[in-house]
Amino acid sequence: MNDNVLIRAEGVRKSFSGKEVLKGIDLEIRRGEVVVIIGPSGSGKSTFLRCLNLLEVPTGGRIYFHDVDITEKKVDIDLHRQKMGMVFQHFNLFPHMDILKNMTIGPEKLLKKSPEAAEKYAMNLLERVGLADRAHAYPSQLSGGQKQRIAIVRALCMQPEVMLFDEPTSALDPEMVGEVLQVMRDLARERMTMAVVTHEMGFAKEVADRVVFLDEGILMEQNHPEAFFANPQNERLKSFLGKVL
Amino acid sequence: MGNIQARFYQNFIQDDRWMYMRDGLLITLEVTLFATLIGILVGFIVAIIRSTHDRTGKLKILNALCQVYLTVIRGTPVVVQLLITYFVIFGSVNVSKVLVAVLAFGVNSGAYVAEICRAGIMSIDIGQMEAGRSIGFSYTQTMWYIILPQAFKNVLPALGNEFIVLLKETSISGYIALQDLTKGGDIIRSRTYDAFMPLIGVACVYLVLVLGFTKLVSLLERRLNQSER
Repeated sequence: MNDNVLIRAEGVRKSFSGKEVLKGIDLEIRRGEVVVIIGPSGSGKSTFLRCLNLLEVPTGGRIYFHDVDITEKKVDIDLHRQKMGMVFQHFNLFPHMDILKNMTIGPEKLLKKSPEAAEKYAMNLLERVGLADRAHAYPSQLSGGQKQRIAIVRALCMQPEVMLFDEPTSALDPEMVGEVLQVMRDLARERMTMAVVTHEMGFAKEVADRVVFLDEGILMEQNHPEAFFANPQNERLKSFLGKVL
Repeated sequence: MGNIQARFYQNFIQDDRWMYMRDGLLITLEVTLFATLIGILVGFIVAIIRSTHDRTGKLKILNALCQVYLTVIRGTPVVVQLLITYFVIFGSVNVSKVLVAVLAFGVNSGAYVAEICRAGIMSIDIGQMEAGRSIGFSYTQTMWYIILPQAFKNVLPALGNEFIVLLKETSISGYIALQDLTKGGDIIRSRTYDAFMPLIGVACVYLVLVLGFTKLVSLLERRLNQSER
């Protein structure tokens, strides 16, 4: 197997109370690659992303991370999740901790970093997203765009090998989408491996190395962004792009 | 008015009768305090088991046991539970009445605390658990660092209320001849044949205690809220 492949999904299936939302999905994500997953709502794209770090446990198929099948029961998924950062639609910052604590609690408790080292690393990241002055604010004092940027750097504090984004801009006011996408763009430029579920077609065109179209739990098409948007093959993709572009 | 003064003197001062109430008050506080501790401990454990079951479907047997406990405790009067504890469970052994009361009220309170805590845990958005797990925390670590601190803040008023209810409930300790505050007032009444003074006196002491604790809880609540602003 190609050792550049970081995550490999094989025939991933997921059912919720009898209804099958993922019908056997195969996908490889290589190191340093930005894969953008698009599709209509209810297509299973978020569910698939959440399967990659086992927030949803697939009902069938396998997920390999570093050639380890993490769907195996005996695997310590917590250890693997440390290497897979995740950003949610609704930020999910911890409201009872200030920003710095949000960012350092993981590294301190899990990576056993000293508080000083964890804080230094976190402040560095805050500096880069322009929020160093908010280090001691609480999440309730931040705007949506600020919260999401914090959520991204909180995940980065764990020094993950891949970042999973689950519709990171969908809950934001339009004027705040840009600042979050900018952070993601910067990350992509640094060759962070990313899997992004989004409705931002502009972002997909500009940043993605590969765009994937999911519909009705099936991976319908995947391609380089130019070909994907300029020359779609699948009928459903054509009609979907017709509606969103 | 002179009459009131004389009766006050007769009921509380003469023969140091106020000491019945003081000793009773100490017993009441002792029972309430330790019963609360047991209640919180039991309630906390039951709440964790029940909410873990609700969220993950695990711990089926423990959850069933907890449900039996909740049903029995909440479905029977606390006086009956106190009497059963004293005359049945500890019927054949010589054990301190304070201990009996602490156990009976503690186990009783645990059932109510459990449901308060469970509601608190379930009120925390599922996204908090997911965020904790996605960082790499285990279920237990996420509970401890992320869910419980937020849940505790949410349930503090209800827990304070439960403490106050418990304080007042201990007034039935006289059923097992434990000389708590209420029983102390009773003893005075049996000496002086005056119902008004000792009963109103006892009521006043309860009222002052409850007001004091209510104030304390709201202070604590405000302190906790400050950390978020």
